[in-house]
Amino acid sequence: MVGNPMRLEPREQRSLAVILGYPLVALAVAAAFCAILVMFSGANPLSVFGLMVKGALGTQFAFLETLTRATPLIFTGLAAAVAFRAKLWNIGGEAQLYAGAVMTVVFGTGLLPLPWPVLIPVLMVAAMLGGAIMLSIPTFLKTRFGVDEVVTTLLINFIAILFVSMLLEGVLKDPMGLGWPQSKKVIADAQLGKLVQGKRLHFGFVIALLAALAIWVIDRRSALGYEMRAVGHNPKAAAFAGIPVNRVLAKTALLSGGLAGLAGYSEVAGLKGNLTLDLSPGFGYTGIVVAMLAMLHPLGVVAAAIFVAAVFVGADAMSRTAGVPSYIAHVMVAASLLCMVTAVMLTRYRLRWR
Amino acid sequence: MSRENAGEAEIVLRLAGITKRFGPLVANDNVSLTLRRGEIVGLLGENGAGKTTLMNILFGHYVADEGSIEVDGTPLPAGSPGAALAAGIGMVHQHFTLADNLTVLDNIILGTEPLLRLSSRRNAAKARVRELAEAFGLAVDPDATVSALSVGERQRVEILKALYREARVLILDEPTAVLTPQESTSLFETLKKFADRGLSIIFISHKLGEVLAACHRVAVLRGGKLVAERPVAGATRADLAELMVGRTIAPPKAEPQPAGPAILELSGIAARRGAQKLESLSLALHGGEVLGIAGVSGNGQSLLADLISGLVTPATGTMTLKGKVLASPSPRQMVAQGVARIPEDRHAEGLVGDMSVSENVVSEAYLTPAFSHHGFIDWKKAREFALKIIKDYDVKCPGPEARVRLLSGGNMQKLILGRVMANDPVIVLANQPTRGLDVGAVTYVHEQLLAARKRGAAVLLISEDLDELLSLSDKVAVIYRGQLSPVIRRADVTIADLGLRMAGQGFEHGGESHAA
Repeated sequence: MVGNPMRLEPREQRSLAVILGYPLVALAVAAAFCAILVMFSGANPLSVFGLMVKGALGTQFAFLETLTRATPLIFTGLAAAVAFRAKLWNIGGEAQLYAGAVMTVVFGTGLLPLPWPVLIPVLMVAAMLGGAIMLSIPTFLKTRFGVDEVVTTLLINFIAILFVSMLLEGVLKDPMGLGWPQSKKVIADAQLGKLVQGKRLHFGFVIALLAALAIWVIDRRSALGYEMRAVGHNPKAAAFAGIPVNRVLAKTALLSGGLAGLAGYSEVAGLKGNLTLDLSPGFGYTGIVVAMLAMLHPLGVVAAAIFVAAVFVGADAMSRTAGVPSYIAHVMVAASLLCMVTAVMLTRYRLRWR
Repeated sequence: MSRENAGEAEIVLRLAGITKRFGPLVANDNVSLTLRRGEIVGLLGENGAGKTTLMNILFGHYVADEGSIEVDGTPLPAGSPGAALAAGIGMVHQHFTLADNLTVLDNIILGTEPLLRLSSRRNAAKARVRELAEAFGLAVDPDATVSALSVGERQRVEILKALYREARVLILDEPTAVLTPQESTSLFETLKKFADRGLSIIFISHKLGEVLAACHRVAVLRGGKLVAERPVAGATRADLAELMVGRTIAPPKAEPQPAGPAILELSGIAARRGAQKLESLSLALHGGEVLGIAGVSGNGQSLLADLISGLVTPATGTMTLKGKVLASPSPRQMVAQGVARIPEDRHAEGLVGDMSVSENVVSEAYLTPAFSHHGFIDWKKAREFALKIIKDYDVKCPGPEARVRLLSGGNMQKLILGRVMANDPVIVLANQPTRGLDVGAVTYVHEQLLAARKRGAAVLLISEDLDELLSLSDKVAVIYRGQLSPVIRRADVTIADLGLRMAGQGFEHGGESHAA
């Protein structure tokens, strides 16, 4: 504040117009920025955006593809949102997703010959446990020894992926896989049905929506949601009031890791059928972006996940016709995130020039 | 120069028509103030009266919306701390700005040396510091490390720092907050000496007695306006208090009443956390009685409070509550047993600023059947509880949905009082309960504590404000380096004796006062 011409003053009240208006302005600014980049690559921004919208939402096929892509992002977005609410910086969604996927193929490829109404819940619980354990280790290190979870969860991603690679070259390798590092397919009873006959969108999307709804209820209504918010906002005050901070963080880790684990289950059992090393093109990391775009709101995560998925799907389609590299999708998502984070700050503070 | 002829000396500092607005709030409203050579002016006002804003404008941290500042007749450029320093204005902040791991000399010359010169003129600087210390009676060893100094010595270093930079106007912001009564008296002597040598001093305080003891003239700020300016000679505490608050205030009185049985007994407690420790500490809290704990900040008060709050488990010794030994106390257990806990820091420990009033009032009780069923919180009941507290405790806020961060300190404290007093507590632990509150809120908190005493609760009052301690307590004990003095009845306490004990006299490892 000293000698600085620009400063931030907290807003006393946040009007609804500000809360809803600023994020829209943020997206517009991001679009304008991307339009400049598109012009640099020699294309017309309007036609590129038009192609993207058409490619993401224009046809039934495109729209279903967007929702398919959004499904794992809803799970990993919820995982990040839940953890970030409690200021547990879970960057390890990727590892937790793969842990869930590994659990799915371990129990879902014939080990448990159960009918689907039993097997699917069992596999979901197993996948959640896998993800939960994956996050519980860094959380324990954090609460017990004060190890920074940003570092541990991030590094565990690499360990997890290398571990999966080892499994796919070893015990989980499909003997019929012609030497490819891939697991066996999950059995029919383990698979999630398609929502639309002959399309890729699967029942995992519905589970993701239900999960978002459940997290919303937990967040708003339950004692656990209250505890997680209190611990996130002010752990010292929470501890003073008698909220067991470490236990709440442990529960948060179970919930967050479990959600990311479900992403792994949903991708294997709903879409791919087996586990490969390219199961996730960074869904764990993108989930963080989704959660931030949604301002950590569980229902907002659904919208943000669909938005991000639409950008990626749309950019793929656009690049095939317009000749603009589909990398523009990454730029768009990143620009949207930066603008959104700024907008969120500006809903809390107002900029003052003196 | 003595205070008699200070009235005629030349004007060194003139603040004219200073106005500063923060949004709708007018922090300073057309404030004009002059300071003459060799004069000590007390700037008196409640928290939020605008004292700090005014001084921040003077020192260049803020820019005034209207008004001007002149030093020795020359206008001072706005918004430049560097210009203020160059003009000879020195500021000693309430919270010291010293680097603990450097020596006194390093701290003093820090920032005065050109960055790129290889050899600093340390010897010359040291001689000058010695000379200043000698001349002004501020004995400090220039080679001592700051972390080894007592609070009083650190304050001397801060003052030396300003003098080293040739300050001719010295601003002291609440300088006695961290001192024992004896140290305060000695500081006042030093200030008088400064004034005699031609320095001009602005002494910021909300303590009436100090202003009367230390200053020549007093300026009273209220609600951003300068409401009075008069010589100290002839002014009384009552006048000043009324000017400061804007109405007459009747201090709450504790009616004598017999003490009840011991409710909480600590015996032979030892505990440690970081640099803070408690050693073989024993005390008993009786119903219907206020026990005051005096001490210089950092001598184990917060550890003692955390112990009774259930946040710290003693290494040795026992805590007996209502005849039952507490094996491993927890905050929840203490709350359930009827301990009302008013924390030292409302913002850091008492409340979650980004959560609503409703969410904050149930933070200790959200798991009780009154507010939750099967793990789900009944927010309707929480809202009703919040409304009741808002009404009963006169909390000024937009409503139960308002974020607590927006409340004033006094209203935050009322909210905490409402939360902890709801279940008719048997013990009230009040740790610095009025720190940073305005006089009205202070009176309210005091009334609530005395009301709890009247209902038969045992009150443990930990406070650095001796006036508060002595006006409320039935018995007083002093804490020093984690040890507790014998408990003295209020009637037998003298300020001088209390001050000596706060400085460590009568304790096992007694000596001069050190604060962690």
